[in-house]
Amino acid sequence: MIRYILSRAAQALLVLWGAFTLSFVLLQVMPGDAVLIKFQDPELGLSPQQISDIRASYGADESAFVQYAHVLGRTLAGQLGYSIETGVPVSRMLHAAYPTTLRLAVVSFGGAIMLAAAFATAALLAPLRPLRAALRLVPGLASGIPVFWLEIVAIQLVSFHWKLVPVVGVSGWAAAVLPGLALAIPISAPLTQVFLSAAERVMAQPFIDVLRARGASPLRILYAHVLPNALPPTLTISGLVFGEILAGAVVTETVFGLDGLGQLAQQAVANQDVAVLQAIILISVAGFVVINFTVDALHPLIDPRIRRTQAGGAA
Amino acid sequence: MNTALARWRQRHDVTLPRLLGVLPVLMLVLVALCPGLFTPLDPLAGQTDERLMAPSATHWFGTDQFGRDVFSRIMHGSFSTLSAAMLAVAISLLVAIPLGLAAGLGGRRLSGAILAGADMVLAIPELFLSLSIITLIGPGATHVAFAVGISQVAGFTRMIRTEVVRVRATEYVEAAFGIGSTFWQVVWRHIVPNSLAPALSLATLRLGTAILAISTICFLGYGPSPPTPEWGLMITEGRNYLATAWWLTTFPGLAIIFSAWAATLLSRAIRMDP
Repeated sequence: MIRYILSRAAQALLVLWGAFTLSFVLLQVMPGDAVLIKFQDPELGLSPQQISDIRASYGADESAFVQYAHVLGRTLAGQLGYSIETGVPVSRMLHAAYPTTLRLAVVSFGGAIMLAAAFATAALLAPLRPLRAALRLVPGLASGIPVFWLEIVAIQLVSFHWKLVPVVGVSGWAAAVLPGLALAIPISAPLTQVFLSAAERVMAQPFIDVLRARGASPLRILYAHVLPNALPPTLTISGLVFGEILAGAVVTETVFGLDGLGQLAQQAVANQDVAVLQAIILISVAGFVVINFTVDALHPLIDPRIRRTQAGGAA
Repeated sequence: MNTALARWRQRHDVTLPRLLGVLPVLMLVLVALCPGLFTPLDPLAGQTDERLMAPSATHWFGTDQFGRDVFSRIMHGSFSTLSAAMLAVAISLLVAIPLGLAAGLGGRRLSGAILAGADMVLAIPELFLSLSIITLIGPGATHVAFAVGISQVAGFTRMIRTEVVRVRATEYVEAAFGIGSTFWQVVWRHIVPNSLAPALSLATLRLGTAILAISTICFLGYGPSPPTPEWGLMITEGRNYLATAWWLTTFPGLAIIFSAWAATLLSRAIRMDP
C-alpha cells in the first residue's frame, strides 16, 4: 500500500518535472530568447548595448543549460521570476488574478457535476429505448460546440434578450455566474460520457437483475448501486477536467472580460511574456498531477477490488 | 453493371447510414473547393450602403459592418478552416505514426520512454500547448495548424501504440512468425495495415477536435488577420456588434458546429466495426 502510494508520487513528480522542462524548452530556449524577441524591434529605439543589458538582467545571455538550472532552481524555491512585459513579479500577478478564476472554476465545476448528474439520470431512466439512445448522443454533440460561441450566444440571449443576468458592471461571484454556467456545459460532456459508459457496464451485471427482481425501484438501483460502482472510473478524469477548466478560462475570461488567470495567459501569449505563460502552464500541470495523485491514492479506499490486486499483485 | 456495383457495395460494406455519414463532409469539401458555386457575392468587397443588414432574401445570413455578405464569407472561409484542420491532423499523424509504432514494437525501455514522454505532454492542456507553440513561432493560419497538430501528437501516439500492441498479440501475427516470416515482414504486412486502419478512423474524429481548436485560437486572434474570412475571426469581429447584429456571431458558430459534427459522422461511417 505504501509502496503503491510512493510509486504514484514519484510518477507524479516525474510528470511535473517533464512538463516543466518541456514548457521551458518550448518557451525559453528555442528561438534565441524571449527578451530578444521582445526588445529587438527597431521602433523601440534600444541600442544593442541596452538590449544586452536587459538580457543580462533576465539571465538570457547565459547558455541554455545554465538558464534551465537557474529557472528550475528558483521555481523550486517558489520564485516564478518577473514578467518581461511589465517587470512585475509573476507571483504577484498570479496572486491578483487567481480569485476570479477560482470563482469561475467553482461555478463551472459545480454546474458541470449537477448537469452531468441530471443528464445521466435522464439518459439512463428515460422511458423509451430510442429516447435513451438519442439522449446518449447529446454529450458527444455538445462537445462539438465551441465554448466561445456558446458563451457569446449566452450573453446575447440570457443577458441582452431576456435580461436575466447582467454581464456589464458586475464583480465577485455575480460576475462568475453566467460564464461559469456556460463553461459548465462543455466541461460536463466528458464527465457524462465516462459516467454513462461506466454505468452501462455496471447495469449489465447480474446483481442489477437480482435487485430488480427483488423489487428495488430504478432510482434506488441507480443511486445506491450503480452510482458507487460507476464513480471511480469517472473520478479518474478529474485531473483532465481541471486542465479543461483552466484552458476554458482563457476563452471564457476573454469573452466576458474577466481579469483572471485565463486573461493573464491570453495577454502573455499576445505579448510573448514567457515567464507568465510558463507559470500558468505550471499551475495547470501541478493541479493535474496533484488531482490525479489524490484520485490514485484514494482509489484503493473507494474500491476494495483494487486494494486486493495491489496486495496480491505487483506490490 | 448492376451486379458489379452490387459487388463493390458488398465488398466495401456500403450501407445507407454510412453514405449519409460521409455526405456532410463531402458537402464541406465541395464548398471549400468551389465556394463560387454556392454564392455569387464577393467575401471581401462590401457595399457601404448595405452595412449591418439583418438576414434577408438577398443576404441570407445578413451583412457585416463593412457591408460584406456573411453567407459568402462563411462559404469562402470553409477552405481556411478545413485545410488547416487537415494539415493539423496530417502533421500529428506524420509524427505520431513512427512514435506509436516504435512504442508498440520496441523493447521495454524504448516503449517506456515514449509513453512517459507522452504522459508528460498530456499533462499540459492542449490549448496551452498550442498557445506556447504560437508564442514561439508567431501567429498565422499555417502556424495555427502546425501548433494544433503538434499538440495532438501525444494523444495520437498512445492511440496508435494501443492498436499496435493489440494487433501484435493476435493469432495471425503469431502464425506469420510461425511460418518463418522475418520481424520486418510481419510488421509491414500485418501489423502496420491492421493497426493503422482503426487509427485512421480515430484520426477523422480528431479532425473535429482540430476544427474546434483552430477556430478557438483564431478567435483569440492568433490566426489569419482581417479581412480574411475565417470563422473564428469572424466571431471575434462580430463581438463588437453583439447587442445589435446577432447574425455576425451566430452563423459562423453554426458553421463550426456543422463541420465538427460532420467530422464525427465521418469517423462513425468509416469505423471498421459499426
